[in-house]
Amino acid sequence: MKYEHIGGINKGKVMLFALSTCVWCKRTKQLLNTLGVEYDYIFVDQLQSAEKQETMGELEKWNPRCSFPTLVINDDKCIVGFKEDEIRAVLG
Amino acid sequence: MIEITKENIDKLFAKLDSDTRKSSYFLNPDSDFTRELVEGLIANESRYGYQACPCRLAAGDRNEDIDIICPCDYRDADLDDFGACYCALYVSKDIAEGKTTAQPLPDRRPVKREERPQFREKKVGKGYSELSHPVWRCRVCGYLAARDEPPGVCPICKATKDRFDRFM
Repeated sequence: MKYEHIGGINKGKVMLFALSTCVWCKRTKQLLNTLGVEYDYIFVDQLQSAEKQETMGELEKWNPRCSFPTLVINDDKCIVGFKEDEIRAVLG
Repeated sequence: MIEITKENIDKLFAKLDSDTRKSSYFLNPDSDFTRELVEGLIANESRYGYQACPCRLAAGDRNEDIDIICPCDYRDADLDDFGACYCALYVSKDIAEGKTTAQPLPDRRPVKREERPQFREKKVGKGYSELSHPVWRCRVCGYLAARDEPPGVCPICKATKDRFDRFM
């Protein structure tokens, strides 16, 4: 799958499932950029159907609601929505 | 096909602003935030043909997505409970006046397709035979219209005719 990689401080594996049109997703990306952490993101709305299905299957494991943004840290912790304080606490 | 240009963003922003003022709803006063959402609505109109919620993944089929066409079927309940709709394009009076700010909220759209408003079993109120006209209810704002057909566009929230259910 086509995850975009953003270089930065290594805080472990940080993955962001996002929509290109979603403003809360943009705020989450901006926060990750401000914190300067290394992460990968994917705009699920821009994927072709097979890839989209596969990515949604992956997302569902973490967030059964499949809502955006969903941030997965170290294949362990999942933060759903732009929860600034929580994201800062884990990655700040 | 509508293009994402500054002019189109300005135009839709002005239209939404005017529509909401007339119907006593409020747009998010953070104009940068709101303009980004308006851009998302135009992007969705361009690729799907309708203004699906920018913060939810659309299926690309109008009937599947009709409950999340902006304003969505969940807006008013979210305004009541949280003071903002899911994407925070629409906000309460308090937020519009800057007393508080919009916070992210959980999505109340049912995960199960059959529980979504357009697929739920419709209950029509009894006593219809005693009325001179059928009554239609807008799924977005609850506006009721006693006429032979639902209006083409809801006069309150501008939802289209296909978003009305028979109420009585």
